[in-house]
Amino acid sequence: MFARGLKPLSIASVVLIVGAFALVFFYAPNDADQGFVQKIFYLHVPVAIVALLGFVAGGVFGIRYLRTGDRSHDLRSYVAIHISLILAVAALVTGSIWARAAWGQWWVWDEPTLVSFLIVFLLYACYQPLRFSIEDPERQARTAAVFAIVAGAFVPLNFMAVRLAESLVHPRVLSATGGSMPGEMRLTFLVALVGMAVLFVTLWKYELTSKQASMQLRALKRALADEDDSWVPTRRSAAPQQL
Amino acid sequence: MRRAVAAVIRKDLRIELRTGEAVPAMLLFSVSTFVLFHFALDRASVEGELAAGVLWVTLLFAAVLGMSRLFVAEREQGGFDGFLLAPVDRTSLFVAKAAVLFAFLAAVELAAVPAFAILLLGPSPWPAAGELVLVLLLADLGIAVIGTLVGALGIQTRARELIVPIIALPLMIPLAIAAARATSPLFLEAGAEALPGRWLLVLGLYDLVFGLVAFAVFDFLLEE
Amino acid sequence: MPALPLDDAGPYVAAAYLVFLGLILVYVAIMAAKLARIARELGELTEIVDRRSAARRERADEEEAVPR
Repeated sequence: MFARGLKPLSIASVVLIVGAFALVFFYAPNDADQGFVQKIFYLHVPVAIVALLGFVAGGVFGIRYLRTGDRSHDLRSYVAIHISLILAVAALVTGSIWARAAWGQWWVWDEPTLVSFLIVFLLYACYQPLRFSIEDPERQARTAAVFAIVAGAFVPLNFMAVRLAESLVHPRVLSATGGSMPGEMRLTFLVALVGMAVLFVTLWKYELTSKQASMQLRALKRALADEDDSWVPTRRSAAPQQL
Repeated sequence: MRRAVAAVIRKDLRIELRTGEAVPAMLLFSVSTFVLFHFALDRASVEGELAAGVLWVTLLFAAVLGMSRLFVAEREQGGFDGFLLAPVDRTSLFVAKAAVLFAFLAAVELAAVPAFAILLLGPSPWPAAGELVLVLLLADLGIAVIGTLVGALGIQTRARELIVPIIALPLMIPLAIAAARATSPLFLEAGAEALPGRWLLVLGLYDLVFGLVAFAVFDFLLEE
Repeated sequence: MPALPLDDAGPYVAAAYLVFLGLILVYVAIMAAKLARIARELGELTEIVDRRSAARRERADEEEAVPR
């Protein structure tokens, strides 16, 4: 069910990401202010944007699950949030490296995007513990969906609030360039952004397919075990176990 | 729906008045935290941004205390089942519980803010009392909405006391930002300045968005 | 032409891109482990099914032999 389009998507990911990185190092000019360090921008910002979109998508699938009761939407929501969380960690780490390289410190409170990300990360880090602490699969899925929706609504509000809080006193520290972006930079950024988004969808489908295969295996095991008298233990899990 | 809401509110307020579990504990916690801040910061008085920060951090943590307990009675004594069987709109439970949490917060603040003024606050809060009350009301509304949502989420789990704080605190950070930024000019030693209107707008927007989200989503938490 | 400065900035940029690469490869490793487990369990299940159909064939042969 989920594997449809996986092969073309993965090929597109390779082309776009490798292409983007080639553009970053061979095509895009060095930034006037920050020099070579600014190249991190082409990695950090696309990862951050895609992570946020992934979180919101998790909320959208949560809505779909609550509306239809179809557990495959819960699985889609879970995987989207799972991957976005990892991307969020990557965004925080690369952002921190950028801050260190450009500003000398490992963390800057002046950069609203980085701060907002920290808050969003703290929130979504609760998703898996929350799921794990509820045993009944139906209730787990429903509670997780509610959380995904509330958290998804929170993301834009949070960014707005943090940006308001910092903008009054401090200028943006980690901006792409001093002023507007020249054409070559813009193109490179766009390719990187699209590539990251396609990569996300690829990894998402990959994970979904793998989980579905495990589920079907487990169901097969259970069906066969009934006749075989061998006990198949069921473990508590944060991830959806059955579609 | 209004009667169902009123009934639940009356029940919870009556329970609280009779047994007095939540509000005294939240109040005690707040005052202890003020004392803790005195020693941790090593200051006899705070003003301006520091005062606003101390006050709001304390209030938020006290609120988190109250959130976990909000639905405990329903869970342990079958109140959820009774509510589901009754022919009422399920969202009325949300409205009622949010109103109850709001009332608890208001009651706590009625004593905690004066305690703060006596113990730690340098300048007098009186000149800006009206604006302070406005900020408190708007922020309490947001805390009530978030608290009811997270309390209902937490009641589904086995690790309620752990899950509720870690989910509620990040969610309330925009609230903390707006409330602290709005309050800090009111606590200035030199004399209270005007309240920055933009933060009131942020508070209002936050309350509105999460109120709507909670309204839409709360039903699903009640299904068995 | 690419300018690859060996000044202070280089290591940081490299580190950032390596973090990304590392995360992807860790993911590949995890998925590989999952796939190995799936393959192993699939093998076990296939074995069970084979055993069962062999047993059924034996039983069918016996039942044919008895009425004689």
